[in-house]
Amino acid sequence: MVSARAVAETVTDPELPMLTLADLGVLREVEETPDGVVVTITPTYTGCPAMDAMRSDLRSALHQAGFGAVDVRTVLSPAWTTDWITATGRQKLAEAGIAPPGAAPRGGPIPLTLTAPPKRVACPRCGSPDTELLSEFSATACKALRRCRACAEPFEHVKEI
Amino acid sequence: MSFDNAYEALTEDNDTRWAFGTGFTDPLAGMDTSVPSGVDAAELARSCLWLGDDALIMSHRLQEWVAAAPELEDEVALANIGLDLLGQARLLLARAAKADPALVPAVNQSDEDALAFFRAAEDFHNVRLVELAGGDFAFSMARLLVFSTWRLALFQRLVDSPDQVLTAIAAKGVKELTYHRDYAARWVVRLGDGTDLSHERMQAGLDEVWPYVDELFDGENEDDKALREEFDAVMAQVITAGALKQPYLRPVPTAGRHTEHLEPLLAEMQSVARAHPDATW
Ligand SMILES: [Zn+2]
Repeated sequence: MVSARAVAETVTDPELPMLTLADLGVLREVEETPDGVVVTITPTYTGCPAMDAMRSDLRSALHQAGFGAVDVRTVLSPAWTTDWITATGRQKLAEAGIAPPGAAPRGGPIPLTLTAPPKRVACPRCGSPDTELLSEFSATACKALRRCRACAEPFEHVKEI
Repeated sequence: MSFDNAYEALTEDNDTRWAFGTGFTDPLAGMDTSVPSGVDAAELARSCLWLGDDALIMSHRLQEWVAAAPELEDEVALANIGLDLLGQARLLLARAAKADPALVPAVNQSDEDALAFFRAAEDFHNVRLVELAGGDFAFSMARLLVFSTWRLALFQRLVDSPDQVLTAIAAKGVKELTYHRDYAARWVVRLGDGTDLSHERMQAGLDEVWPYVDELFDGENEDDKALREEFDAVMAQVITAGALKQPYLRPVPTAGRHTEHLEPLLAEMQSVARAHPDATW
């Protein structure tokens, strides 16, 4: 029988279906106990409406793989950061036309940024580094909207948090 | 779980998949919500309720911009900020209910829904700033700047709270609020340092918000003073960059815990839940 971890690692994110929850760094722990499987996940954003879908997808994947009792727990701490997106996850994002995040800001005092900091985000379509920010908010909480000045295509960028 | 097409996903015998519309579960599901020893549960609950009410009402005001913002990008931005705050509200109200169940109205609803939809205006603890009726974009940006600057400074302190749940909510919130504050600040500067008309309206928006700033800072101790200083420094930076004037401090137009704007807001927000108490969505 496949391990519970291996099964849980195949479950994809409802909003970024090209990534597994493991790629995204949302899957924190999978433990097989005598009472069943305990899976621990963490939300990307507090308003993330996909948490229920994740819980449900994890449960049904594990049930289908023959695991009985499945308990999906949520942890908020330590808070999710885009640094937890794996190398494979970043590659899959780029292949799907979504620019992966750079390094997340470190702790300490948070300066106000009145102009969007110039970021070197390469266009996932043509590779040009000459891209501009359109909006720091986009179709989902975790992505910003940018445009490539070389090929003029808009694209999404997973913003660093 | 992946599907070959959307219809397959729709027909799957698994209703909770449609969490975007149905089956909201306890936002603290699966978390350890015991109150640590040495923490006064009632006091913790009260703090969470106040912080949750601020987020809930502010979120509602931001949602009013959906389909009414000047540009699609801003509509999406304001909806996202509203969603972040709604997420904070859900966690904070649920935390308040777990810490002090006596706060929750006795209705057959989840704790967060009972608190959001079945309390009267006088039982809400939000600051008046968030309930003021909007409609003007410059005013809304001024309010969002004040709100997110204050809340970010506050949450950075709550990260060291003795309650592990509140600490975790604050740590996540800090990341979100950083984006909210930048967004609002950039609009205030853009409008303030824009055309004569945009400048005039931005100044008017700031002037309208300003009387409600003082009530955000009612504490007397050293840390409360540091919080205010931090807030003032950020506001001064934005006001200068936006070629605006620090508003004169005028007395708050109405006395009492709430303005006349809260009741109509709640009437709208609570109407569906009250008309159909058994509905699920
Ligand atoms: Zn390009």
